[in-house]
Amino acid sequence: MGKLFKNFTKKDIGMIIVSIILIIFQVWLDLKLPDYMSSITRLIQTENSTLTDILTQGGYMLLCAGGSLLSAVVVGYLASCVAASFSLTLREKIFAKVESFGMEEIKKFSTSSLITRTTNDVTQIEMLVAMGLQLLIKAPIMAIWAVSKILGKNIQWSALTGIGVLILLVTVSTLMFIVLPRFSKVQKLIDKINGVTRENLTGIRVIRAFNAEGFQEDRFQQVNEELTKTQLFNQRCFAIMNPVMNLVNYFLTLGIYFLGAFMIAEAGMVDKINLFSDMVVFSSYGMQVIMSFLMLAMIFMMWPRAEVSAKRINEVLESDISIADGTKTTATKEVGTVEFKNVSFKYPDADEYLLKDISFKANKGDTIAFIGSTGSGKSTLINLVPRFYDVTEGEVLVDGINVKDYTQEALHNKIGYVPQKAVMFTGTVASNVSYGDNGRAKPTMKKIKEAVAVAQAKDFVENMDGQYEAHIARGGTNVSGGQKQRLAIARAIARDPEIYIFDDSFSALDYQTDAILRKELKKYTKDATSLIVAQRIGTIMNADQIIVLDKGNVVGMGTHKELLKTCEVYKEIALSQVTKEELENA
Amino acid sequence: MPRPGGRTYEKSKDFKGSIKRLLAHLKPWHVLMSFALVLAIASSILALVAPDKLSDLTDTISAGLQPNVSEEHIAEVLQDPTIPTEDQQQAMQILSSIDEDSNTDEILAALDQLPSSIYDEVKPTMDMDKVKNIALLLAILYVLSALFSYVQHYSMTTVSNQFARKLRRSISTKINRLPLKYFDNHETGDVLSRVTNDVDTIAQNLNNSLATLVSSITLFLGSILMMFITNWIMAITAIVASLLGFTLIGVILNKSQKYFIRRQKELGDMNGYIEEIYSGHNVVKAYNGSKEAEAEFAKLNQQLYESNQKSAFLSGLMPPIMSFVGNLGYVAVCIVGALLAMNNIISFGVIVAFMVYVRLFTNPLSQMAQAMTNLQSTAAASERVFEFLDETEMTDQKECTKHLDKSKVKGEIEFKHVKFGYDPHKMIIKDFNATAKPGQKIAIVGPTGAGKTTLVNLLMKFYEINDGDILIDGVSTKQLTRENIHDLFIMVLQDTWLFSGSVRENIKFNKDDVSDNQIWQALRTVGVDHFVQTLPGGLDAILSDNDGISQGQKQLLTIARGMIEDAPFLILDEATSNVDTRTEELVQKAMDKLTEGRTSFIIAHRLSTIKNADLILVMQKGNIIEQGTHEELMKQQGFYEKLYNSQFEKTA
Repeated sequence: MGKLFKNFTKKDIGMIIVSIILIIFQVWLDLKLPDYMSSITRLIQTENSTLTDILTQGGYMLLCAGGSLLSAVVVGYLASCVAASFSLTLREKIFAKVESFGMEEIKKFSTSSLITRTTNDVTQIEMLVAMGLQLLIKAPIMAIWAVSKILGKNIQWSALTGIGVLILLVTVSTLMFIVLPRFSKVQKLIDKINGVTRENLTGIRVIRAFNAEGFQEDRFQQVNEELTKTQLFNQRCFAIMNPVMNLVNYFLTLGIYFLGAFMIAEAGMVDKINLFSDMVVFSSYGMQVIMSFLMLAMIFMMWPRAEVSAKRINEVLESDISIADGTKTTATKEVGTVEFKNVSFKYPDADEYLLKDISFKANKGDTIAFIGSTGSGKSTLINLVPRFYDVTEGEVLVDGINVKDYTQEALHNKIGYVPQKAVMFTGTVASNVSYGDNGRAKPTMKKIKEAVAVAQAKDFVENMDGQYEAHIARGGTNVSGGQKQRLAIARAIARDPEIYIFDDSFSALDYQTDAILRKELKKYTKDATSLIVAQRIGTIMNADQIIVLDKGNVVGMGTHKELLKTCEVYKEIALSQVTKEELENA
Repeated sequence: MPRPGGRTYEKSKDFKGSIKRLLAHLKPWHVLMSFALVLAIASSILALVAPDKLSDLTDTISAGLQPNVSEEHIAEVLQDPTIPTEDQQQAMQILSSIDEDSNTDEILAALDQLPSSIYDEVKPTMDMDKVKNIALLLAILYVLSALFSYVQHYSMTTVSNQFARKLRRSISTKINRLPLKYFDNHETGDVLSRVTNDVDTIAQNLNNSLATLVSSITLFLGSILMMFITNWIMAITAIVASLLGFTLIGVILNKSQKYFIRRQKELGDMNGYIEEIYSGHNVVKAYNGSKEAEAEFAKLNQQLYESNQKSAFLSGLMPPIMSFVGNLGYVAVCIVGALLAMNNIISFGVIVAFMVYVRLFTNPLSQMAQAMTNLQSTAAASERVFEFLDETEMTDQKECTKHLDKSKVKGEIEFKHVKFGYDPHKMIIKDFNATAKPGQKIAIVGPTGAGKTTLVNLLMKFYEINDGDILIDGVSTKQLTRENIHDLFIMVLQDTWLFSGSVRENIKFNKDDVSDNQIWQALRTVGVDHFVQTLPGGLDAILSDNDGISQGQKQLLTIARGMIEDAPFLILDEATSNVDTRTEELVQKAMDKLTEGRTSFIIAHRLSTIKNADLILVMQKGNIIEQGTHEELMKQQGFYEKLYNSQFEKTA
């Protein structure tokens, strides 16, 4: 938590200091109030006092109350500014940090966890800062001041107040001890309820096909029961809070008065009146003491939750970035080449290599295809080119220069990457196709239309409402999988890159569209180099070079015809898709 | 404990109707709720009575402050023969030192020096028995009030949680009764938020607001009543002074509401944006979109800052204003009270009582305002829940009078002029006719959007056909219950649906009598037995979202789940699309064994998998355009042949 507070700006700290001064002022006023109250009481009780006296005292009291209100309003304003600007800064920093992450860090934290860290966790801290600025500062000042006012006045009454505080603290800490761990359990159970319901919804066809509705309802009900049980326990425990708080407050006043009656009865006549007014003042200060300890208790209840959030945020902010930027941005001798030199790769915390000793070179205009069974390392291999991950051993060269030497921006300007799972952003067809920055001007409408046409997306785009300006919903939910994939390909084309990377990007297309698309693409981008990962033999059989991967090793390299003769794995893959005659005739 | 962020500040469409309906749904708990509410009222009444007693106590104590020094009493004492004369003389001396100019303290100090015999006569006497009695009464009142309050909270907690459990269960059951069509138009997240957020809002507010509202109203009305009974001038003073403050609060509450709604919306927008950018991280990076993203994020962040700051500021104003209103009322009551007391219209005790009534009167007003806001959001949330529970369910199955016995089915399926569209104005399947003979392997191929999966949905009666008929062994599926039809089919889908649970639970699913042997057998058939053995715990290994099991392996597990079942028909809807072709071939061989003797329907992207089908139906735009075996279709040199050969088309 302390580390996070370093994110306060100078202006924030200035506002905090002003707040502290104002809060001290406010506490002084608040503690002054009972004095005026008791003198008004005394005036009313005394027979010969005049209305003017009461009006004067009443005026002072209102002045105090008004002053307290005013400073509370100003403090409230400052606190809301500080809290909001603090959370603004935090969110900005987290977002910028996540943007600088490589895929490894994203994988480490998981996307959904990063989202909650940027939003919910920051909100938690924001609440603590907003409340804390007012309570955290006010409560101790109030407690100390109020205690000092009553301390030494009377030992019995002080002892009574002390007992009240003790009872409160014991109750609060016992409750926290019992209930707090169950709060996290409730959170987990809510996640579980969500999880089971999500399963019910996503698997609805399977569940119905298996007539498993009852089975699923039982699973849901199990979590539901457990959630209800835990919640009931928690809330029943917490229901004690209010009555105990009230009891302590009431009994403190009653006790002070009761003890006071005996003391007054025993005292001499001079002391009687003094004791009486002390008693009235003491009972209101006693309340203030109790209230301030309650405020402290509230902060202690909020603190652990905020602390957890602070830890999660710090983990993100302090995470090392595995991908360090290079410096090269200038033009290169070679253009459109990709070379792997003895590249090996494993995840940092893994024992086994995913890729072992891979070497090949793609020249300008070449099409290099990668094929292999699930888990053979094809995707991992091409993810090394845009530096989503860095090689463990060896080097990857683009245009003759190690990818680590480029600034990431310069490297990415050369690349048009189409991922396995097409990503769409909220916006329009055009904004999605023209997405990003390639160091040159944004693509023109003409360019966008060309790219869409080459990607075989023209028909459906022009059938959409608004055509190129048609709305794309969050996550691209209003276009089908195949359509998304074609738009993602159009995005790469509109970028005009030297090197295309297709990571199994044709899988959602039917054979015909796949074939036409690749033919058109070849025509449109004669000079560009393509790296293609695919499952289908048909997609890659015309590549200049096919690299066959098996468990991270290259087991074959060559053209389709060559591999059919030399590479057993390739032959097996091919034969699983087409017959022997077809292979020979093709 | 308040749950930050989870609160919705929505306005309901029909507040009264929703609350009425909510209350009707709460019927099983009406007795317990009434009990709780009676306790809330009782507890509030005790709170109203207690200050009255406390001011009695104050009066009794202050009555014990004044010495009995009236001239008659002094004269009486000084002449009392039972008191020694020297004491009387000493007293005379002391008293004579007091003159007109002496202040109270000097007088009292002088009195304290009186000889004890006389001092005992003039010293103030406090009615200690009365003090003890009042204190005891107060203690009982306080304890009772606390007890009532606890029992009331306890009961309401019970009601709200049991009600939440019932609502969640109703929603969960409802999901299974809705036609699939519903889920085509509604997002998963929407239903999810009804199960959690909305139910939570209802339960939370039910727990707090209802009892608070009732006890606040009691306190409010009670304190007004008590005030008017005591003194009407003072009552009006107190009310006017407080109302001044409350108009201010009303204005603020109204204003802050707007910012809360805005804040909620902006938080949602930001969440959506972050989700989009984080989950598309690879594309954002590769396309150098970070700067663009940061600029857009900064804009959203700034917007959120403003509504955050304003809503926090405005909502933070409430407590200080409340305490100011309290003080204002206090001073007003004191001044007016003093004025009245000086004119001997009221006694001092009345003023003391009013000081307490003012506090009792101002507190519940703000609580009522808060409770009303909460009830508003409860109404909005329950509207959303009820809306879901009111959705039209699947057609009832009274007309389904026939039943087909799984073990006696021959296995013939006939489609007769089937017409269907998800949207009744837009037919997807236009006039579909086909017959599958017992034991045949039927493949359905065609480009994306041709209606292949739709056909399966109709066969499984997930959707009702618009026209025509589907017959199983000559019996119209319209006369069969959905459960009966589902029972006749084994179905494996493209989406690899597994739930979080062990491998064993996932394979067994809803069947009880499956031995581990059978499970291993199925796993072996699809070739994942080795993989499962390497998992920690084997069959007991827990499957969850982020367990690093590939899509292909998950798909194989779902196929194994299908294999456990025994039914006369088999549907494979792109069941091997995530598996690489070599593995697919292995699975295919196992499948062929599985499909022996069963009528099976296979939908596939990869044409190689279905070449050995007995009948290939080529679909385009909802119609069959070609049908026959692979060889026949290739000879026709039509659409199928083109589709098939496009796999090998040269790109250069």
